Amino acid sequence: MSDPILRVSGLTKRFGGLVAVDNVSFDVPTGEVFSLIGPNGAGKTTLFNCITGVYKPTLGSVTFLNKDLTGAPPHRAAKAGIGRTFQNIRLFEYMSALDNVRLGHHSRMKSYLWDSLFKTPRERREEREISAASMELLKLVGLDRHSENYARNLAYGQQRRLEIARALATDPKLLLLDEPAAGFTPQEKVELMDLVGTILKRGITVFLIEHDMKVVMQASQRIAVLDHGEKIAEGTPAEVRGNQRVIEAYLGKSA
Amino acid sequence: MKAIRTYLRAHMREPNFIAYAAMLLVAVLFPITVQFATNGNADYLVGLAADGGVYMLMAIGLNVVVGFAGLLDLGYAAFFAIGSYTYAILASDHMAATPFGHAIHLPFWLLLFIAMFVAACAGVLLGAPTLRLRGDYLAIVTLGFGEIVPQVFSNGGVWTGGVPGMSALDVPKLPFWIQGPWVDQPFGLTGEEFRFTTANLTAYYVLMIVLIIGVVILINNLQHSRLGRAWMAVRENESAAAACGVNTVSIKLLAFSIGAATSGFAGAFYGAKLSYVSSENFGFDVSVTVLAMVVLGGMGNIPGAMIGSIVLYFILFQFLPNAPAQIQGLATSIGLDSLNHATADWPGLGEEVSRMKYVIFGLVLVGIMLLRPQGLLPSQVRKQELTHAGHHEIAQEAG
Repeated sequence: MSDPILRVSGLTKRFGGLVAVDNVSFDVPTGEVFSLIGPNGAGKTTLFNCITGVYKPTLGSVTFLNKDLTGAPPHRAAKAGIGRTFQNIRLFEYMSALDNVRLGHHSRMKSYLWDSLFKTPRERREEREISAASMELLKLVGLDRHSENYARNLAYGQQRRLEIARALATDPKLLLLDEPAAGFTPQEKVELMDLVGTILKRGITVFLIEHDMKVVMQASQRIAVLDHGEKIAEGTPAEVRGNQRVIEAYLGKSA
Repeated sequence: MKAIRTYLRAHMREPNFIAYAAMLLVAVLFPITVQFATNGNADYLVGLAADGGVYMLMAIGLNVVVGFAGLLDLGYAAFFAIGSYTYAILASDHMAATPFGHAIHLPFWLLLFIAMFVAACAGVLLGAPTLRLRGDYLAIVTLGFGEIVPQVFSNGGVWTGGVPGMSALDVPKLPFWIQGPWVDQPFGLTGEEFRFTTANLTAYYVLMIVLIIGVVILINNLQHSRLGRAWMAVRENESAAAACGVNTVSIKLLAFSIGAATSGFAGAFYGAKLSYVSSENFGFDVSVTVLAMVVLGGMGNIPGAMIGSIVLYFILFQFLPNAPAQIQGLATSIGLDSLNHATADWPGLGEEVSRMKYVIFGLVLVGIMLLRPQGLLPSQVRKQELTHAGHHEIAQEAG
């Protein structure tokens, strides 16, 4: 097996007295769908935020592509190749769908102040290129007909997909999806699974937080389970499904 | 020809295009018209318009900070002061009187850029430690900076001329390739030497128009580039922008220093035209006036900020100073001359109006903001935000 794309080891995040993530370690294998599940408040999103630099971990380390990324600010995580979406959608509401995706290219663009000020040929060419690439991504998520709409005017499901397109525009090697299927209809969930499949085919590893067990069990090769900030299980979907502690965490202990 | 026609057809109905075209037309016609209307005695008005251009430059610069990047800067005049003082120190005999011992006379054209650079550096120095602050906190820090800088200049002793400031600054000269040693020679290409003097304010006016056009083109390019997009994104949602790879601190710093640079640029022109700097010209009122220009004109939209600056400048420096005399005249002509005479408990109509100057100014501001809360010429985004804001709150309450 090749090196894991992401290695989280001994990660702990405390907020004052509250331990949100407690000494969690796992490896995300390259080129697969890895899922993180757990009851509400288990610390899943906090873990995501530690990986992407929104929070600095109290203890432990995050290694991405064999490079230490612990405590690096979010824009560095993005530049290193970690794209993400948010549990509560965070789009640039008053920018067009196309501009949202174009912004995703920000850290991959080479033109800087001088080019922007004087609209140098390099700047024009780059703008043309990323506009075309952004349209491609919009098409991939089925939003090419809405490219000029403000993000805020899109339907809920479209907004979720736009967030994925924007994350893909950062040219990630690892894509963190935080509950992408929340509030989706069964039909939309099927479409989302297809999209995840397409993303995998592009050679992007997917790291998923999801509540919908059907989606998780179907999509992922490996699953880690978090409860009260601790990792209580990890394995293939079949292993996790049969794990006694997981069942207890979700359904409560039988008397 | 055909390209021009298709361009015109595509943009003719855009409010911004119309605004730019109208402003350019007015800029060209203004000096001719006022000179004609006053039988050639309108130099004062043309000079006033050139000063107004200084405010317009500042409004364009502050629009980058406040309108694009959404950072409230209440000490913007500080960078204006830094630009002016840079010019004053490097283009007068002043340095001869300091321990430095030699007068420095750098050319105006070079100093425009040096002043810009110095102001931008000041922007970085102020911004680097403070841009991690958000919203109100940043506003307070910039407010403090705006108060400190003029204080530093008025307490700078020999180096800055202290409270009286510095005078007899160099006036701009045209560059040598237009006005070289051949001028004033029998074989000269141009007749007499062209000078920027107080007797030739039209020259400053023309120079100002050229500078504004240049700055507008550059800032407009910035707005529609990777950087402009990033500013907007940071304004809309900082954490999402960061997750997309935008270094939010450095992009805000860039907005801040570009705003500062524009202000420094305007400051150098101001110093050169006035041939005099004093720390009293860079107070909080300047910062607030420029901010009001941006807000009133339409935040985030360059021509909006420009129109805001024209309207406010006209009200502040033309309408209000003349209002007492105008109203006195009006009272006389409708037979109420008695109002003009001061009595024990009535200072006279003219005096009363001039005392009420800022009340009138405030009322005009409130009136405009009531009629057009989005500004005179808003950006599309701001317009949307305002119309949606109401619905949004309702939706949130319901949800």
